[in-house]
Amino acid sequence: MQILRILFLRLLTTLVTLAGVAVIVFFVIRVVPGNPIAMMLPPGATEADVARLSALYGLDKPLPTQFGIWVAGVMQGDFGTSITTRQPVLQLVLSRLPATLELSIMALVMAVILGGIAALVGTRRRGTGTEGAIDIANGMALSVPDFLWGLILILVFGVLVPVFHISGRVTPSLDLPFTTNFYLFESLLRLRFDLWADIVSHMFMPALALAIPLAAIIGQLLKQSLKETMNLDYVTLARTKGYGETRVILREALRNAALPTLTLVGVQFTFLIGGTVIIERLFSYEGLGNMAIDAVINRDLPLIQGIVILFAVIFVAVNMIVDLLYAVLNPRLRHA
Amino acid sequence: MSYLSIRNLSVRLKGGLPLLRRVSLDVAAGEVRGLVGESGAGKSMIGKAVLGILPPAAEITEGEILLDGADLLRLSPAERRRHIGATCALIPQDPLTALNPSHRIGPQITDRLVDILGWTRADADARARALLAEVQIPEPDRVLRAYPHELSGGMRQRILIASAFAAEPKLIVADEPTTALDVTVQKQILKLIAGMQARHGTALLFVTHDLGVVSKVCQQLSVLYSGMVVEDTPVRDFFATPRHPYSAALLAATPKYTDPSAGLNPVPDAVIEAVRAEVAAFDRRAAHG
Ligand SMILES: Nc1ncnc2c1ncn2[C@@H]1O[C@H](COP(=O)(O)OP(=O)(O)O)[C@@H](O)[C@H]1O
Ligand SMILES: [Mg+2]
Repeated sequence: MQILRILFLRLLTTLVTLAGVAVIVFFVIRVVPGNPIAMMLPPGATEADVARLSALYGLDKPLPTQFGIWVAGVMQGDFGTSITTRQPVLQLVLSRLPATLELSIMALVMAVILGGIAALVGTRRRGTGTEGAIDIANGMALSVPDFLWGLILILVFGVLVPVFHISGRVTPSLDLPFTTNFYLFESLLRLRFDLWADIVSHMFMPALALAIPLAAIIGQLLKQSLKETMNLDYVTLARTKGYGETRVILREALRNAALPTLTLVGVQFTFLIGGTVIIERLFSYEGLGNMAIDAVINRDLPLIQGIVILFAVIFVAVNMIVDLLYAVLNPRLRHA
Repeated sequence: MSYLSIRNLSVRLKGGLPLLRRVSLDVAAGEVRGLVGESGAGKSMIGKAVLGILPPAAEITEGEILLDGADLLRLSPAERRRHIGATCALIPQDPLTALNPSHRIGPQITDRLVDILGWTRADADARARALLAEVQIPEPDRVLRAYPHELSGGMRQRILIASAFAAEPKLIVADEPTTALDVTVQKQILKLIAGMQARHGTALLFVTHDLGVVSKVCQQLSVLYSGMVVEDTPVRDFFATPRHPYSAALLAATPKYTDPSAGLNPVPDAVIEAVRAEVAAFDRRAAHG
C-alpha cells in the first residue's frame, strides 16, 4: 500500500512538473520579442504574406487557443512542425537525443571515476600532503565553470598537443553503418573499434569539460563522507579482524559513504545535462543543446517547446533513477 | 604464562595530555580479567591499544604489549594487524553501531575466516551455523541472510559474540558488552559470554563499571583511575579486603545486590583528592625522568 501511495504521489508531482514547464516555456518564448514568420520571409514580403503564413502555423489565433491546440497535439504524441526545417519536432528532437545522452553519460562516468579516485586516495592518505593536494585540485576544478574548462581543454589538447578532435561528433568523411543515432554504443555492438575510437576522440574533450566540476563535487563530498564513516564502530571492528586500511575503506566504508553522495550526484547530473547546451555549441557537437541554440536564434517556437519538454522529461527520469538506486543500495529502504 | 602481558604502557594525546600512565597487567590463558574504573579512566583505551585501534589523536609513548610472546609494538603494521586478527577479537559496547548496515549478517561473522585466515566459504558457513546455535539464535538461514536493522539489539549482540568467537581467538576484549542493552537482556548476554569463555578456554579482558558483574565473571581485577592502575588483585581478595582506598570507596559505592535499598555512597572527596595527588606525584616523577 505504502509503495502504491509513493508511486501515485510521484506520478502526480511528475505530471504537475511537466505541465508547469509546458506552460512557462510556451508563454515565455511568445512574450520575448522576435517573430518567427518575419524571420522566414524574404525582405519585401507584404503584410498579407505574413498573415497567410501565420495562419498556416496557427500563430494568428489567441495565445490560449494556441496553447490548447499544442497541448492537445502533445497528448497524441504530436509536438508540431519545426518552422525552420518543416520537419516534425518529435522526429528532429529524437534524432539528436542519443548524441546528448551519450555525451552526458560519458561525462557522468568520467566524473564518477575521477571524483571517486580523488575521494578514495584522499581518504587513504588523509592528514597528509596528498590529501591537501587533492583538496586544492578539487577547489580549482570547482571554481572554473564547465565552458571555461572546454576552452582550456581546446587550448591544451586541440592546439598545444593536438591529440583529440575539437569539433563535431564523428569525422564526416567516415562511412557510418549505423541504424540508430547511438553512435558510441552501436559502434561497440558492431565491434567497429575504429569508429568507436574516432567517436571517443570527438567526445573526450566536451565530456571532460562537463565532468570536471562534477568530479570535484563528488570528490569533496565522498571524501568527507568516507572520513566520517571511517570513524564508525563497525569500521573499527573490521580493523581488529585484520583488514588493512585500503580494504577497510573499500569493503566497509565506501558503500555506506556513497549513499549521501548519490542523491547530490543526481541533482548535479541534471545541471551537467543543462551544461551540454553551451558545451555542445563550443565543440560543434550535434546534440540537442546545439539544436536548442539554433532553435532560439531562429525563433523556431515549436522546436524550442519540444526540446525544453524533452529536457524536463530527462530531468524527471534522472531523479527517478537516483531514487531507485538509493533504494537498491540501502537495505533499510529495500525492506520498508 | 600470561597470554597477554602489558608492561608500563603509556598513552597520551598527541601534544601531551596523558591517557594511560605506565599501565601493567597480565591476562593468563583462559583467565578473565576485569577492568573497572569511572567513566573516562582509560579502560577502553587499554583494550584499543591491545587491538591496535587507538584513535589517531592518541599515541603510545612507552611500554610493551606482549601478545602470545610477541611485542606488538615492535611488529610492522601489517604483521601486527595479522597477528591481532588471528589471535584476538573484540566484543564491542554498542551492538547497534558495530555491525555494517549494508552487509548481511552471514559475511559479518565469516569475513575474518575467509578473507584473513583463508578458510573456504563452505567451512566458514558451517562454522557460522554452529556459532549461531551456540549463541542460541534460532532460524540460522533467515538470520544469516538478514541485514542488521532487521534484528533486535540483543540479537545483534549475540551475533557480535558469535563473530568474536568465530576464529577461536586466544584473547577477547569485551568493552562493556551489556551497557547498551535492555536490563532484561543484560543478564542473558553476560551468562552467554561467561559460558562461551569457559567452554572455549578464551582469555578475556572484561571492561565494565559494574562490580556485581566482576564478582560473577572475573578472576583477576585491575582498578583504574585516571589512566593509572591503582590496584591489581585476585577478585576474591578484592571483595574481602580492597587494599587501595579508592578501591574500597568504589566497593562501598556499589549497591549490594543482596540489599539494593542500601543506596549509593558516592566516593568521598577525601579519597578522590588522595588518588588525584597520587596521579600528580606520578606525573612529577615522569617529568623528571
Ligand atoms: N578519540 C579520542 N580522542 C581523544 N581523546 C579520547 C578519545 N577517546 C577517548 N579519549 C579520552 O581518553 C580518556 C580515556 O577514555 P576511555 O578509555 O574511553 O575511558 P573509559 O574508561 O570510559 O573507557 C578519556 O579522558 C577520553 O576523554
Ligand atoms: Mg569505555
